[in-house]
Amino acid sequence: MIDLSLLPDGGMAWLDASGPGSHLVLSTRIRLARNLATYTFATRNNLADREAILRDVLQAARETVSLRNALNFRLDQLERVDRQLLHERHLISRELAGIEESATVRSGAALLVQDRVGVMLNEEDHLRLQGLRSGFDLEVAYQEVDRLDGELGQRLPFAFHSEFGYLTSCPTNVGTGLRASVLIHLPGLVLTKEISKVLQGLAQVGLTFRGLYGEGSEVVGNFFQLSNQTTLGKTEKELLDHLGKMVRQVIEYEEQARAVLLRDVPTIIEDKVWRAYGLLRHARSVSFDETMNLLSGVRLGVGLGLVDQCGMYALNKLLVHTQPAHLAALEGVRPEDPDLSVRRARFVRALLEDEAGRRGQSP
Amino acid sequence: MRCTQCHEREAVVFLTQIAQDQVIKLHLCERCAAEKGVETTASLGKTPVGTFLASMGKGLESGAALPAGIDPSGACPTCGATLSDFRESGRLGCAECYRTFETALRDLLRRLHGSSRHLGERYAPPGAPAAESEAARVAQLRDQLRVAVETESFELAAELRDQLRSIVGEG
Repeated sequence: MIDLSLLPDGGMAWLDASGPGSHLVLSTRIRLARNLATYTFATRNNLADREAILRDVLQAARETVSLRNALNFRLDQLERVDRQLLHERHLISRELAGIEESATVRSGAALLVQDRVGVMLNEEDHLRLQGLRSGFDLEVAYQEVDRLDGELGQRLPFAFHSEFGYLTSCPTNVGTGLRASVLIHLPGLVLTKEISKVLQGLAQVGLTFRGLYGEGSEVVGNFFQLSNQTTLGKTEKELLDHLGKMVRQVIEYEEQARAVLLRDVPTIIEDKVWRAYGLLRHARSVSFDETMNLLSGVRLGVGLGLVDQCGMYALNKLLVHTQPAHLAALEGVRPEDPDLSVRRARFVRALLEDEAGRRGQSP
Repeated sequence: MRCTQCHEREAVVFLTQIAQDQVIKLHLCERCAAEKGVETTASLGKTPVGTFLASMGKGLESGAALPAGIDPSGACPTCGATLSDFRESGRLGCAECYRTFETALRDLLRRLHGSSRHLGERYAPPGAPAAESEAARVAQLRDQLRVAVETESFELAAELRDQLRSIVGEG
Protein backbone atom coordinates (compact mmCIF):
# COMPACT_ATOMS: atom_id res chain seq x y z
CA MET A 1 0.00 0.00 0.00
CA ILE A 2 1.38 3.43 -0.90
CA ASP A 3 1.99 5.87 1.89
CA LEU A 4 -0.07 8.94 1.12
CA SER A 5 1.26 10.72 4.17
CA LEU A 6 4.30 11.36 1.99
CA LEU A 7 2.22 13.83 0.06
CA PRO A 8 2.05 17.36 1.45
CA ASP A 9 -0.95 17.47 3.80
CA GLY A 10 -1.64 13.94 2.63
CA GLY A 11 -2.19 15.27 -0.87
CA MET A 12 -5.38 17.04 0.10
CA ALA A 13 -4.29 20.58 0.82
CA TRP A 14 -6.86 21.46 -1.83
CA LEU A 15 -9.63 20.02 0.37
CA ASP A 16 -8.76 21.91 3.54
CA ALA A 17 -11.77 24.22 3.18
CA SER A 18 -9.56 27.31 3.45
CA GLY A 19 -9.93 28.65 -0.08
CA PRO A 20 -12.24 31.44 -1.23
CA GLY A 21 -15.95 30.53 -1.39
CA SER A 22 -15.21 27.18 0.25
CA HIS A 23 -18.67 26.98 1.87
CA LEU A 24 -19.94 26.10 -1.64
CA VAL A 25 -16.89 25.35 -3.78
CA LEU A 26 -14.70 22.46 -2.70
CA SER A 27 -11.93 22.76 -5.21
CA THR A 28 -10.76 24.29 -8.46
CA ARG A 29 -8.85 22.20 -10.97
CA ILE A 30 -7.17 23.19 -14.21
CA ARG A 31 -5.61 20.80 -16.64
CA LEU A 32 -3.58 21.44 -19.77
CA ALA A 33 -3.32 18.67 -22.38
CA ARG A 34 0.12 18.46 -24.03
CA ASN A 35 1.85 15.99 -26.35
CA LEU A 36 5.45 15.61 -27.39
CA ALA A 37 5.98 16.30 -31.10
CA THR A 38 8.54 13.49 -31.27
CA TYR A 39 6.22 10.55 -30.45
CA THR A 40 2.94 9.26 -31.87
CA PHE A 41 -0.17 9.80 -29.73
CA ALA A 42 -1.46 7.32 -27.17
CA THR A 43 -3.71 5.27 -29.49
CA ARG A 44 -0.81 4.51 -31.84
CA ASN A 45 2.23 4.24 -29.60
CA ASN A 46 3.80 1.20 -27.95
CA LEU A 47 5.40 0.44 -24.61
CA ALA A 48 8.85 1.53 -25.83
CA ASP A 49 7.44 4.94 -26.83
CA ARG A 50 5.65 5.31 -23.51
CA GLU A 51 8.81 4.43 -21.60
CA ALA A 52 10.74 6.98 -23.67
CA ILE A 53 8.09 9.63 -22.95
CA LEU A 54 8.36 8.88 -19.23
CA ARG A 55 12.14 9.14 -19.35
CA ASP A 56 12.10 12.47 -21.27
CA VAL A 57 9.48 14.04 -19.02
CA LEU A 58 11.08 12.84 -15.78
CA GLN A 59 14.41 14.25 -16.86
CA ALA A 60 12.84 17.61 -17.76
CA ALA A 61 10.75 17.65 -14.57
CA ARG A 62 13.86 17.29 -12.40
CA GLU A 63 15.14 20.58 -13.82
CA THR A 64 11.97 22.51 -12.98
CA VAL A 65 11.07 24.35 -9.78
CA SER A 66 7.48 23.14 -10.02
CA LEU A 67 8.31 19.42 -10.05
CA ARG A 68 11.93 18.94 -8.96
CA ASN A 69 10.87 17.27 -5.69
CA ALA A 70 7.85 15.51 -7.18
CA LEU A 71 6.71 12.10 -6.05
CA ASN A 72 6.67 9.66 -8.93
CA PHE A 73 4.04 6.91 -9.04
CA ARG A 74 4.33 4.23 -11.72
CA LEU A 75 0.63 3.32 -11.89
CA ASP A 76 1.28 0.17 -13.89
CA GLN A 77 3.33 -1.10 -10.96
CA LEU A 78 0.75 -0.27 -8.30
CA GLU A 79 -2.04 -2.47 -7.00
CA ARG A 80 -5.59 -1.66 -8.01
CA VAL A 81 -6.45 -0.42 -4.49
CA ASP A 82 -3.60 2.12 -4.62
CA ARG A 83 -4.67 3.37 -8.03
CA GLN A 84 -8.20 3.72 -6.71
CA LEU A 85 -6.84 5.69 -3.74
CA LEU A 86 -5.08 8.17 -6.05
CA HIS A 87 -8.25 8.44 -8.11
CA GLU A 88 -10.36 9.09 -5.00
CA ARG A 89 -7.91 11.89 -4.14
CA HIS A 90 -8.67 13.40 -7.55
CA LEU A 91 -4.99 13.05 -8.47
CA ILE A 92 -5.55 10.76 -11.45
CA SER A 93 -8.41 10.22 -13.90
CA ARG A 94 -10.54 7.12 -14.01
CA GLU A 95 -8.98 6.23 -17.34
CA LEU A 96 -5.41 6.49 -16.08
CA ALA A 97 -6.27 4.59 -12.91
CA GLY A 98 -7.65 1.74 -15.04
CA ILE A 99 -10.25 0.91 -12.41
CA GLU A 100 -13.28 0.49 -14.65
CA GLU A 101 -14.78 -2.98 -14.64
CA SER A 102 -12.80 -5.01 -17.18
CA ALA A 103 -10.33 -2.14 -17.69
CA THR A 104 -6.61 -2.55 -17.19
CA VAL A 105 -4.00 0.03 -16.38
CA ARG A 106 -2.03 1.19 -19.43
CA SER A 107 1.63 0.25 -19.35
CA GLY A 108 3.73 3.36 -18.79
CA ALA A 109 0.93 5.19 -16.95
CA ALA A 110 2.43 7.43 -14.27
CA LEU A 111 1.77 10.40 -12.00
CA LEU A 112 4.14 13.12 -10.87
CA VAL A 113 2.90 15.29 -8.04
CA GLN A 114 4.38 18.09 -5.97
CA ASP A 115 2.32 20.37 -3.74
CA ARG A 116 -0.69 21.45 -5.74
CA VAL A 117 0.55 20.69 -9.25
CA GLY A 118 1.09 17.42 -11.03
CA VAL A 119 1.36 15.65 -14.36
CA MET A 120 -0.48 12.56 -15.48
CA LEU A 121 1.71 10.70 -17.97
CA ASN A 122 0.64 8.46 -20.82
CA GLU A 123 -3.01 9.29 -20.34
CA GLU A 124 -5.07 10.04 -23.47
CA ASP A 125 -2.40 12.68 -24.11
CA HIS A 126 1.29 12.25 -23.31
CA LEU A 127 1.05 14.87 -20.56
CA ARG A 128 -1.91 16.17 -18.65
CA LEU A 129 -0.59 18.99 -16.47
CA GLN A 130 -2.88 19.78 -13.58
CA GLY A 131 -3.24 22.36 -10.84
CA LEU A 132 -5.55 21.95 -7.85
CA ARG A 133 -6.63 24.58 -5.36
CA SER A 134 -8.91 24.57 -2.35
CA GLY A 135 -12.10 26.59 -2.88
CA PHE A 136 -12.91 28.79 -5.88
CA ASP A 137 -9.56 30.02 -7.16
CA LEU A 138 -9.25 29.86 -10.96
CA GLU A 139 -6.62 32.58 -11.17
CA VAL A 140 -4.03 31.05 -8.84
CA ALA A 141 -4.72 27.50 -10.05
CA TYR A 142 -3.97 28.70 -13.59
CA GLN A 143 -0.85 30.64 -12.54
CA GLU A 144 0.61 27.50 -10.99
CA VAL A 145 -0.14 25.17 -13.89
CA ASP A 146 0.93 27.85 -16.40
CA ARG A 147 4.31 28.12 -14.69
CA LEU A 148 4.71 24.34 -14.89
CA ASP A 149 3.70 24.46 -18.56
CA GLY A 150 6.33 27.12 -19.24
CA GLU A 151 9.03 25.22 -17.40
CA LEU A 152 8.34 21.94 -19.18
CA GLY A 153 7.73 23.57 -22.58
CA GLN A 154 11.22 25.08 -22.52
CA ARG A 155 12.72 21.63 -22.11
CA LEU A 156 10.38 19.39 -24.13
CA PRO A 157 9.17 19.88 -27.72
CA PHE A 158 5.38 20.14 -27.37
CA ALA A 159 3.25 19.43 -30.45
CA PHE A 160 2.00 22.84 -31.61
CA HIS A 161 0.34 23.99 -34.84
CA SER A 162 0.40 27.66 -35.81
CA GLU A 163 -3.33 27.71 -36.57
CA PHE A 164 -4.78 24.98 -34.30
CA GLY A 165 -2.56 25.55 -31.26
CA TYR A 166 -1.54 22.71 -28.92
CA LEU A 167 -2.32 19.39 -30.61
CA THR A 168 -4.15 16.70 -28.70
CA SER A 169 -5.18 13.14 -29.30
CA CYS A 170 -8.87 14.10 -29.37
CA PRO A 171 -9.89 17.18 -31.41
CA THR A 172 -12.21 18.30 -28.59
CA ASN A 173 -9.15 19.34 -26.52
CA VAL A 174 -7.09 21.05 -29.21
CA GLY A 175 -6.02 24.73 -29.02
CA THR A 176 -5.37 25.75 -25.43
CA GLY A 177 -5.76 22.15 -24.19
CA LEU A 178 -7.30 23.80 -21.15
CA ARG A 179 -10.10 22.35 -19.10
CA ALA A 180 -10.93 24.26 -15.93
CA SER A 181 -13.41 22.77 -13.50
CA VAL A 182 -14.96 23.88 -10.28
CA LEU A 183 -16.37 21.32 -7.85
CA ILE A 184 -19.44 22.90 -6.32
CA HIS A 185 -22.12 21.80 -3.86
CA LEU A 186 -25.63 22.78 -4.97
CA PRO A 187 -28.22 21.26 -2.59
CA GLY A 188 -30.34 24.42 -2.55
CA LEU A 189 -30.86 24.34 -6.31
CA VAL A 190 -31.61 20.59 -6.19
CA LEU A 191 -34.15 21.01 -3.34
CA THR A 192 -35.89 23.96 -4.99
CA LYS A 193 -35.92 21.97 -8.27
CA GLU A 194 -34.13 24.78 -10.10
CA ILE A 195 -31.08 22.70 -10.93
CA SER A 196 -32.15 21.45 -14.36
CA LYS A 197 -32.84 25.00 -15.51
CA VAL A 198 -29.42 26.14 -14.30
CA LEU A 199 -27.59 23.22 -15.94
CA GLN A 200 -29.45 23.75 -19.21
CA GLY A 201 -28.51 27.42 -19.07
CA LEU A 202 -24.85 26.51 -18.56
CA ALA A 203 -24.94 24.21 -21.60
CA GLN A 204 -26.21 27.12 -23.68
CA VAL A 205 -23.21 29.26 -22.74
CA GLY A 206 -20.67 26.58 -23.61
CA LEU A 207 -20.17 25.01 -20.18
CA THR A 208 -20.70 21.43 -19.16
CA PHE A 209 -21.13 19.52 -15.90
CA ARG A 210 -19.90 16.20 -14.59
CA GLY A 211 -20.10 14.19 -11.37
CA LEU A 212 -17.86 14.14 -8.31
CA TYR A 213 -14.96 12.36 -10.01
CA GLY A 214 -15.02 14.21 -13.34
CA GLU A 215 -15.39 12.60 -16.72
CA GLY A 216 -17.67 9.56 -16.78
CA SER A 217 -18.67 9.84 -13.12
CA GLU A 218 -22.12 10.16 -11.60
CA VAL A 219 -23.54 13.00 -9.55
CA VAL A 220 -23.57 12.05 -5.86
CA GLY A 221 -24.21 14.16 -2.79
CA ASN A 222 -25.31 17.15 -4.95
CA PHE A 223 -21.71 17.78 -6.03
CA PHE A 224 -21.29 19.06 -9.58
CA GLN A 225 -18.11 19.73 -11.54
CA LEU A 226 -18.68 22.71 -13.82
CA SER A 227 -16.21 23.17 -16.66
CA ASN A 228 -15.60 24.73 -20.08
CA GLN A 229 -16.71 22.68 -23.07
CA THR A 230 -14.58 24.21 -25.85
CA THR A 231 -10.83 24.80 -25.83
CA LEU A 232 -10.17 26.58 -29.13
CA GLY A 233 -10.87 30.08 -30.50
CA LYS A 234 -10.54 31.87 -27.16
CA THR A 235 -7.55 32.84 -25.05
CA GLU A 236 -6.87 31.03 -21.78
CA LYS A 237 -7.93 34.18 -19.94
CA GLU A 238 -11.20 34.42 -21.84
CA LEU A 239 -12.02 30.76 -21.08
CA LEU A 240 -11.25 31.23 -17.37
CA ASP A 241 -13.07 34.57 -17.10
CA HIS A 242 -16.16 33.10 -18.74
CA LEU A 243 -16.22 30.06 -16.44
CA GLY A 244 -15.53 32.27 -13.41
CA LYS A 245 -18.35 34.63 -14.29
CA MET A 246 -20.81 31.78 -14.74
CA VAL A 247 -19.75 30.04 -11.51
CA ARG A 248 -20.25 33.30 -9.59
CA GLN A 249 -23.72 33.43 -11.11
CA VAL A 250 -24.43 29.83 -10.02
CA ILE A 251 -23.19 30.65 -6.49
CA GLU A 252 -25.63 33.55 -6.41
CA TYR A 253 -28.51 31.29 -7.56
CA GLU A 254 -27.59 28.70 -4.94
CA GLU A 255 -27.55 31.34 -2.21
CA GLN A 256 -30.91 32.67 -3.37
CA ALA A 257 -32.34 29.12 -3.36
CA ARG A 258 -31.08 28.61 0.21
CA ALA A 259 -32.62 31.90 1.31
CA VAL A 260 -35.94 30.87 -0.23
CA LEU A 261 -35.83 27.50 1.55
CA LEU A 262 -35.09 29.14 4.91
CA ARG A 263 -37.83 31.70 4.40
CA ASP A 264 -40.58 29.42 3.04
CA VAL A 265 -39.98 26.00 4.57
CA PRO A 266 -37.66 26.48 7.56
CA THR A 267 -39.04 23.51 9.51
CA ILE A 268 -38.67 21.11 6.60
CA ILE A 269 -35.07 22.21 6.00
CA GLU A 270 -34.14 22.04 9.67
CA ASP A 271 -35.70 18.59 9.92
CA LYS A 272 -33.84 17.40 6.80
CA VAL A 273 -30.49 18.68 8.03
CA TRP A 274 -30.83 17.24 11.54
CA ARG A 275 -32.09 13.90 10.28
CA ALA A 276 -28.95 13.67 8.13
CA TYR A 277 -26.78 14.57 11.11
CA GLY A 278 -28.65 12.16 13.38
CA LEU A 279 -28.25 9.27 10.96
CA LEU A 280 -24.53 9.86 10.55
CA ARG A 281 -24.12 10.25 14.31
CA HIS A 282 -25.93 6.98 15.11
CA ALA A 283 -26.11 4.65 12.09
CA ARG A 284 -24.44 1.25 12.45
CA SER A 285 -23.94 0.52 8.75
CA VAL A 286 -23.81 3.01 5.90
CA SER A 287 -22.87 2.77 2.20
CA PHE A 288 -20.65 5.33 0.49
CA ASP A 289 -23.49 6.76 -1.61
CA GLU A 290 -25.73 7.16 1.44
CA THR A 291 -22.88 8.77 3.35
CA MET A 292 -22.39 11.27 0.54
CA ASN A 293 -26.08 12.18 0.51
CA LEU A 294 -26.21 12.56 4.30
CA LEU A 295 -23.01 14.62 4.30
CA SER A 296 -24.66 16.84 1.70
CA GLY A 297 -27.52 17.49 4.16
CA VAL A 298 -25.16 18.25 7.04
CA ARG A 299 -23.03 20.47 4.82
CA LEU A 300 -26.13 22.46 3.92
CA GLY A 301 -26.93 22.74 7.65
CA VAL A 302 -23.43 24.00 8.45
CA GLY A 303 -23.61 26.46 5.53
CA LEU A 304 -26.96 27.80 6.78
CA GLY A 305 -25.70 28.12 10.34
CA LEU A 306 -28.21 25.52 11.57
CA VAL A 307 -25.59 22.99 12.68
CA ASP A 308 -22.58 24.10 14.71
CA GLN A 309 -21.54 20.69 16.01
CA CYS A 310 -19.10 20.32 13.15
CA GLY A 311 -17.10 22.43 10.71
CA MET A 312 -16.41 22.27 6.97
CA TYR A 313 -12.95 20.81 7.48
CA ALA A 314 -14.39 17.82 9.37
CA LEU A 315 -16.97 17.34 6.63
CA ASN A 316 -14.29 17.40 3.94
CA LYS A 317 -12.27 14.91 5.95
CA LEU A 318 -15.31 12.62 6.07
CA LEU A 319 -15.85 13.11 2.35
CA VAL A 320 -12.33 11.91 1.62
CA HIS A 321 -11.94 9.14 4.18
CA THR A 322 -15.30 7.40 3.74
CA GLN A 323 -14.46 6.61 0.10
CA PRO A 324 -13.95 2.85 -0.31
CA ALA A 325 -10.18 2.74 -0.93
CA HIS A 326 -9.46 5.41 1.71
CA LEU A 327 -11.57 3.76 4.36
CA ALA A 328 -10.06 0.37 3.58
CA ALA A 329 -6.56 1.86 3.91
CA LEU A 330 -7.41 3.44 7.26
CA GLU A 331 -8.93 0.21 8.56
CA GLY A 332 -6.25 -2.04 7.12
CA VAL A 333 -8.72 -4.11 5.07
CA ARG A 334 -9.49 -4.57 1.36
CA PRO A 335 -12.03 -2.22 -0.32
CA GLU A 336 -14.26 -5.24 -0.99
CA ASP A 337 -14.33 -6.16 2.72
CA PRO A 338 -17.92 -7.24 3.59
CA ASP A 339 -17.88 -5.19 6.80
CA LEU A 340 -16.84 -1.96 5.12
CA SER A 341 -20.26 -0.31 5.61
CA VAL A 342 -20.13 -1.16 9.33
CA ARG A 343 -16.58 0.17 9.58
CA ARG A 344 -17.63 3.32 7.71
CA ALA A 345 -20.50 3.98 10.15
CA ARG A 346 -18.15 3.49 13.11
CA PHE A 347 -15.55 5.84 11.62
CA VAL A 348 -18.16 8.54 10.92
CA ARG A 349 -19.66 8.27 14.43
CA ALA A 350 -16.27 8.59 16.09
CA LEU A 351 -15.21 11.57 14.00
CA LEU A 352 -18.48 13.45 14.50
CA GLU A 353 -18.48 12.75 18.24
CA ASP A 354 -14.93 13.98 18.55
CA GLU A 355 -15.74 17.08 16.52
CA ALA A 356 -18.83 17.88 18.63
CA GLY A 357 -16.78 17.39 21.82
CA ARG A 358 -14.04 19.64 20.54
CA ARG A 359 -16.58 22.34 19.81
CA GLY A 360 -17.81 21.97 23.39
CA GLN A 361 -21.34 21.04 22.52
CA SER A 362 -23.40 17.94 22.80
CA PRO A 363 -26.49 17.49 20.67
CA MET B 1 -23.40 -4.84 -15.09
CA ARG B 2 -26.73 -5.55 -16.79
CA CYS B 3 -28.68 -2.94 -18.76
CA THR B 4 -31.35 -1.37 -16.51
CA GLN B 5 -33.73 -1.18 -19.49
CA CYS B 6 -33.76 -4.68 -21.03
CA HIS B 7 -32.04 -6.53 -18.15
CA GLU B 8 -30.45 -8.77 -20.79
CA ARG B 9 -27.37 -7.25 -22.33
CA GLU B 10 -24.23 -5.84 -20.72
CA ALA B 11 -24.50 -2.11 -19.96
CA VAL B 12 -21.95 0.00 -21.83
CA VAL B 13 -23.42 3.48 -21.35
CA PHE B 14 -23.60 4.99 -17.86
CA LEU B 15 -25.85 7.97 -17.87
CA THR B 16 -26.83 10.49 -15.20
CA GLN B 17 -29.90 12.37 -16.39
CA ILE B 18 -31.59 15.30 -14.80
CA ALA B 19 -35.23 15.28 -15.85
CA GLN B 20 -38.16 16.85 -14.04
CA ASP B 21 -35.68 17.85 -11.33
CA GLN B 22 -34.88 14.23 -10.53
CA VAL B 23 -31.46 12.75 -10.86
CA ILE B 24 -31.91 9.49 -12.77
CA LYS B 25 -29.10 7.00 -13.18
CA LEU B 26 -29.28 4.69 -16.18
CA HIS B 27 -27.00 1.83 -17.13
CA LEU B 28 -27.79 0.98 -20.72
CA CYS B 29 -26.67 -1.49 -23.34
CA GLU B 30 -25.78 -0.14 -26.76
CA ARG B 31 -29.16 -1.01 -28.29
CA CYS B 32 -31.30 0.49 -25.52
CA ALA B 33 -29.05 3.57 -25.48
CA ALA B 34 -29.58 4.02 -29.22
CA GLU B 35 -33.36 3.64 -28.76
CA LYS B 36 -33.27 6.37 -26.12
CA GLY B 37 -31.33 8.60 -28.49
CA VAL B 38 -28.19 8.53 -26.35
CA GLU B 39 -25.06 9.16 -28.37
CA THR B 40 -22.89 6.08 -28.57
CA THR B 41 -20.55 4.98 -31.28
CA ALA B 42 -23.60 3.24 -32.79
CA SER B 43 -25.41 6.56 -33.09
CA LEU B 44 -22.35 8.58 -34.10
CA GLY B 45 -24.14 10.00 -37.13
CA LYS B 46 -26.13 12.32 -34.86
CA THR B 47 -23.12 14.22 -33.50
CA PRO B 48 -20.99 16.79 -35.33
CA VAL B 49 -17.97 14.52 -35.03
CA GLY B 50 -20.05 11.57 -36.18
CA THR B 51 -21.54 13.34 -39.19
CA PHE B 52 -18.12 14.59 -40.13
CA LEU B 53 -16.45 11.22 -39.70
CA ALA B 54 -19.21 9.45 -41.59
CA SER B 55 -18.94 11.89 -44.49
CA MET B 56 -15.15 11.54 -44.53
CA GLY B 57 -15.49 7.80 -44.89
CA LYS B 58 -18.00 8.08 -47.70
CA GLY B 59 -15.86 10.60 -49.53
CA LEU B 60 -12.93 8.23 -49.48
CA GLU B 61 -14.87 5.15 -50.44
CA SER B 62 -16.34 6.85 -53.49
CA GLY B 63 -12.89 8.09 -54.47
CA ALA B 64 -13.81 11.76 -54.14
CA ALA B 65 -11.13 14.30 -54.99
CA LEU B 66 -8.74 14.84 -52.12
CA PRO B 67 -7.19 18.21 -51.32
CA ALA B 68 -3.70 18.65 -52.73
CA GLY B 69 -0.86 17.21 -50.70
CA ILE B 70 -2.84 14.32 -49.25
CA ASP B 71 -1.60 10.82 -49.85
CA PRO B 72 -4.30 9.17 -52.02
CA SER B 73 -4.21 6.18 -49.67
CA GLY B 74 -5.34 8.66 -47.01
CA ALA B 75 -2.62 7.60 -44.59
CA CYS B 76 -0.61 9.95 -42.40
CA PRO B 77 3.05 9.73 -43.58
CA THR B 78 4.32 9.72 -39.96
CA CYS B 79 2.09 7.28 -38.11
CA GLY B 80 0.15 5.58 -40.91
CA ALA B 81 -3.24 6.50 -39.44
CA THR B 82 -6.05 6.90 -41.95
CA LEU B 83 -9.30 8.82 -41.76
CA SER B 84 -11.17 5.60 -41.20
CA ASP B 85 -8.94 4.94 -38.15
CA PHE B 86 -9.95 8.38 -36.92
CA ARG B 87 -13.58 7.61 -37.68
CA GLU B 88 -13.40 4.48 -35.57
CA SER B 89 -11.51 5.81 -32.56
CA GLY B 90 -12.24 9.55 -32.64
CA ARG B 91 -8.52 10.03 -31.90
CA LEU B 92 -5.71 11.32 -34.10
CA GLY B 93 -2.55 9.24 -34.40
CA CYS B 94 0.14 11.91 -34.11
CA ALA B 95 0.88 15.62 -34.50
CA GLU B 96 1.47 15.16 -38.24
CA CYS B 97 -2.13 13.90 -38.65
CA TYR B 98 -3.26 17.49 -38.06
CA ARG B 99 -1.27 18.57 -41.11
CA THR B 100 -2.21 15.55 -43.21
CA PHE B 101 -5.95 16.00 -42.60
CA GLU B 102 -5.74 19.77 -42.11
CA THR B 103 -8.55 20.86 -44.44
CA ALA B 104 -11.02 18.32 -43.11
CA LEU B 105 -10.06 18.97 -39.50
CA ARG B 106 -10.42 22.73 -39.88
CA ASP B 107 -14.06 22.16 -40.76
CA LEU B 108 -14.57 19.77 -37.83
CA LEU B 109 -12.88 22.12 -35.35
CA ARG B 110 -15.11 24.98 -36.45
CA ARG B 111 -18.15 22.86 -35.74
CA LEU B 112 -16.83 21.60 -32.42
CA HIS B 113 -15.39 24.84 -31.03
CA GLY B 114 -16.97 27.54 -33.18
CA SER B 115 -13.50 28.42 -34.51
CA SER B 116 -10.41 26.70 -35.83
CA ARG B 117 -8.00 29.43 -34.74
CA HIS B 118 -5.95 29.13 -31.60
CA LEU B 119 -5.92 32.52 -29.89
CA GLY B 120 -4.28 31.36 -26.67
CA GLU B 121 -0.64 31.36 -25.67
CA ARG B 122 1.86 30.93 -28.49
CA TYR B 123 4.55 28.31 -28.17
CA ALA B 124 8.06 27.97 -29.52
CA PRO B 125 9.76 24.60 -28.98
CA PRO B 126 13.13 24.54 -27.19
CA GLY B 127 15.91 25.86 -29.42
CA ALA B 128 13.64 28.00 -31.60
CA PRO B 129 14.40 31.66 -30.88
CA ALA B 130 11.10 33.29 -29.90
CA ALA B 131 11.62 36.42 -32.01
CA GLU B 132 12.29 34.44 -35.15
CA SER B 133 9.19 32.31 -34.69
CA GLU B 134 7.11 35.43 -34.10
CA ALA B 135 8.38 36.93 -37.32
CA ALA B 136 7.53 33.70 -39.10
CA ARG B 137 4.08 33.78 -37.56
CA VAL B 138 3.47 37.36 -38.74
CA ALA B 139 4.61 36.43 -42.25
CA GLN B 140 2.32 33.43 -42.25
CA LEU B 141 -0.65 35.48 -41.04
CA ARG B 142 -0.03 38.15 -43.69
CA ASP B 143 0.06 35.44 -46.32
CA GLN B 144 -3.19 33.91 -45.07
CA LEU B 145 -4.79 37.35 -44.92
CA ARG B 146 -3.88 38.06 -48.55
CA VAL B 147 -5.43 34.74 -49.65
CA ALA B 148 -8.53 35.40 -47.54
CA VAL B 149 -9.04 38.82 -49.14
CA GLU B 150 -8.44 37.42 -52.63
CA THR B 151 -11.02 34.69 -52.08
CA GLU B 152 -13.43 37.19 -50.47
CA SER B 153 -13.50 35.25 -47.16
CA PHE B 154 -14.11 38.44 -45.23
CA GLU B 155 -15.01 36.86 -41.92
CA LEU B 156 -11.73 34.95 -41.90
CA ALA B 157 -9.88 38.06 -43.08
CA ALA B 158 -11.23 40.07 -40.13
CA GLU B 159 -10.16 37.33 -37.74
CA LEU B 160 -6.66 37.25 -39.26
CA ARG B 161 -6.38 41.02 -39.14
CA ASP B 162 -7.24 40.95 -35.42
CA GLN B 163 -4.63 38.30 -34.81
CA LEU B 164 -2.01 40.33 -36.65
CA ARG B 165 -2.89 43.37 -34.58
CA SER B 166 -2.58 41.41 -31.37
CA ILE B 167 0.98 40.44 -32.33
CA VAL B 168 2.37 43.58 -33.96
CA GLY B 169 0.25 46.10 -32.04
CA GLU B 170 -2.40 48.49 -33.32
CA GLY B 171 0.13 50.24 -35.56
